[in-house]
Amino acid sequence: MQQTDCPSCSEPLDPEDAFCGSCGAGRDEPVPVAASLPGSWVADDRAGTAPTAPPAPRSGGPGIAHGLVCTHCGAAQVATDGYCEDCGGAQPRPRDHMEKVLAGVAGVSDRGVRHHRNEDSFTVAATSLPGGAPAVVAVVCDGVSSSDRPDEASETAVDSASESLLTALERGVDPGAAMRAAIADAARAVAALAEDGASPARPDINAPACTYVSAIAANGRITIGWVGDTRAYWIPDDRVSAEPFRLTQDDSWAARMVEAGLMGEAEAYADPRAHAITGWLGADAEEVVPHTLDFTPHVPGVLLICTDGLWNYAEAATDLAHVVRTDARTEPLAAARTLVQFAIQAGGHDNITVAVLPVLPATDLAGTARPDERTATLLDLPVIGAGPAAAGGPEYDPHDETLPDLPVIGSPRAPLPPLPPHPPAAPPAPAAVPAPPDHPPAR
Amino acid sequence: MASLAKSNLPRFDVDIFQNEYLADGAREVNAIVTVTATGGGTSGGRPLPTDATAPGAPAQSSAVVILVDCSGSMEYPATKMRGAREATAAAVDTVRDGVAFAVVAGTHEAKEVYPGDGGLAVAGPATRAAAKESLRRLTSGGGTAMGTWLAKADRLFLSRRDIALRHAILLTDGKNEHESAADLDRAIAQVTGHFTADCRGVGTDWRVDELRKISSALLGSVDIVAEPSGLVDDFRSMMENAMGKQVADVALRVWTPANAVVKFVKQVAPSMEDLSGRRTEAGPRAGDYPTGSWGDESRDYHVCIEVPAAGVGNVMLAARISLVLPQPGEASPEVLSQGLVKAVWTDDLASSTRISPQVAHYTGQAELASSIQEGLEAQRAGDFTRATAKLGAAVRIAHATGNDGTFKLLQKVVDVVDPKEGTVRFRKDVSEADSKTLETRSTKTVRVKK
Repeated sequence: MQQTDCPSCSEPLDPEDAFCGSCGAGRDEPVPVAASLPGSWVADDRAGTAPTAPPAPRSGGPGIAHGLVCTHCGAAQVATDGYCEDCGGAQPRPRDHMEKVLAGVAGVSDRGVRHHRNEDSFTVAATSLPGGAPAVVAVVCDGVSSSDRPDEASETAVDSASESLLTALERGVDPGAAMRAAIADAARAVAALAEDGASPARPDINAPACTYVSAIAANGRITIGWVGDTRAYWIPDDRVSAEPFRLTQDDSWAARMVEAGLMGEAEAYADPRAHAITGWLGADAEEVVPHTLDFTPHVPGVLLICTDGLWNYAEAATDLAHVVRTDARTEPLAAARTLVQFAIQAGGHDNITVAVLPVLPATDLAGTARPDERTATLLDLPVIGAGPAAAGGPEYDPHDETLPDLPVIGSPRAPLPPLPPHPPAAPPAPAAVPAPPDHPPAR
Repeated sequence: MASLAKSNLPRFDVDIFQNEYLADGAREVNAIVTVTATGGGTSGGRPLPTDATAPGAPAQSSAVVILVDCSGSMEYPATKMRGAREATAAAVDTVRDGVAFAVVAGTHEAKEVYPGDGGLAVAGPATRAAAKESLRRLTSGGGTAMGTWLAKADRLFLSRRDIALRHAILLTDGKNEHESAADLDRAIAQVTGHFTADCRGVGTDWRVDELRKISSALLGSVDIVAEPSGLVDDFRSMMENAMGKQVADVALRVWTPANAVVKFVKQVAPSMEDLSGRRTEAGPRAGDYPTGSWGDESRDYHVCIEVPAAGVGNVMLAARISLVLPQPGEASPEVLSQGLVKAVWTDDLASSTRISPQVAHYTGQAELASSIQEGLEAQRAGDFTRATAKLGAAVRIAHATGNDGTFKLLQKVVDVVDPKEGTVRFRKDVSEADSKTLETRSTKTVRVKK
């Protein structure tokens, strides 16, 4: 039988692949315990309940894990603390590759090629509003590499923000307000890490910090919020009659130069300082200016939120759209995997994280097409100020070139783009996206 | 019945200090391993009323043999022999009840002074008094052959194979003149691993290299007692230290991955001691380095590993460092504690160029010790230019790292013009004792300032 998916992380494998290019697992080995039980690598082996005692370790280390083969040298000598007793290679850790999928949203995160650990973090969640309407939430954070414990920073921000978002939405708080509150909560939680006593008191290491982007999809309305250079993109199903575009404006040196008209986009992004971020969550952030945006799409498509590990390889929305599968809305997990694989193949210089939220227009949700309204604008509410105007943060510019301010749909009578696998009136969240059994949500 | 020795085992903690980030292509991994033993049931020297079967016995079985130089030169001046006698008496007074002990007079041969029956006495009020009484018989006359002293101590310890903690204290005032260097080396090799030994040189006529050879092999200390009057306090504190030991034969086990090379393993605190040559293989890719006996104390080790190069983004375990206690027979050793030394390849220069402050500090302390030794050697050879340069470098490092003890010793040998730059001038009329003290204590290190 031809095996085509990695037994460990479900990445597609080429027939000649002996090992998975994503997680490093061998194609024919049984699924390692560690890959299916996130956290088991770091678990104390003394707490383990292996039926047979592991062989006595001659190295003075912990026991040898049963049935695990080193992903580097192939020796069946992997110690229970996750290092090969032969070549010393670190075995894949739970955060190296994470996938989460729910009805209506999926996300994938990967360590990439050149970074030794995954400092990105993300989650996807679903809840229902007080009226019973479903709402899905995705949060993606990117730990700032030059800061202390960036992996903890991103994880903390994701946990805090998702908790805050879900609680607020369940209480019926307006998504925009919920978003701003979630960013504030995440900012506080990350800033608190600097005070937990675990940080080295060294001037050359910054306080734990991360960037932030999250999205809420509820009642056909998308609300996004961000700080830093994590991004959101709108990718319509039909990229001929509608146009993909970027929704976020980076808090970065390059974006500021472009914004101030001092440099062209190409020039600014080619500068070594391009990625220096001007906004982040962390104790040393002078002021956290949360940017939020509401958006009611009139055509079906997907919302992507991602870290720069992905968009560095396809900066423009139209370029990124080429990598988004046309069935992304019905197969969000597959689409997210493809995007991550694309970035790995392009070099994987940074950690890569992307969440895909399938979106159907509200009109379709309601089951009553109102073409007259659909013709008005693509963006109903392009701007929600970045906090009070007095905050002095960079205002969102509705005329930014990444956001077309002209309707893209040409004709008032234009039918919705044909989408064979998905009738327009179908519910927005295809429940037929199963979680692979060996990849439950990491937490 | 629960093992008494086990319940009193100190708790060992291993802390690793390193910068694990390596630049692309880099292969050398350095780490400072801090080993701290605590809570081993130290009784503060009082007998522990724990073993009903052997009244008066201490919690851990231990044995000490005092080897006192009684060669002819000990009479000149006469205060030396008197000092040695009084110091030995003070040491005997410090021996805890139940500890097995003996006193040996060393000349060109080794003579049992107490108990004199070819074995060890068990300390108690009566045996201590008898031992002190017999010290009156300590007289000087004859030569110096330390190898025979060590062999005698070994035979005495062998009379009590049940005792795990075995320690000797060796005092001499002169060179090892009545046996060849090869004989001494052979004797040292024969007893290495059987017991530990602290060595003391009284006066200035003994050789630092000879005593250091013995104390290094036997995992003990070496020091100078320039004035015989200082012997009593020194012997008492040495014996107190010996009585505080709770577990013997602890080894530092270093596992390294395939195709990695251990470049060196050094004890770097409280003193510099290269253990690299002391490795014994302990299974695939693992080796044991002896650390001797432990009481409540903390020591630092510098481990340097060359690992196979790996690409950026890779994480490798460069060494697994554990403290192990060998078990009798074929049983696998008890692992007391362990720590991990890692190698992480990154293209972030800020990470890979950072130097661990601990590694930097002890690299400096190692340079300090070798600068002093090379400086004094150059001075003896009449090469004052080199001696000045080396001792100047030593002054600079001692000043910069806050090694005040060594700095003060250096000041007795050279006039310090500029401690920051390491500018020094040789002093006139440097006493032999000061020069010898500096040489003996050159390996004393200080720990990183917190």
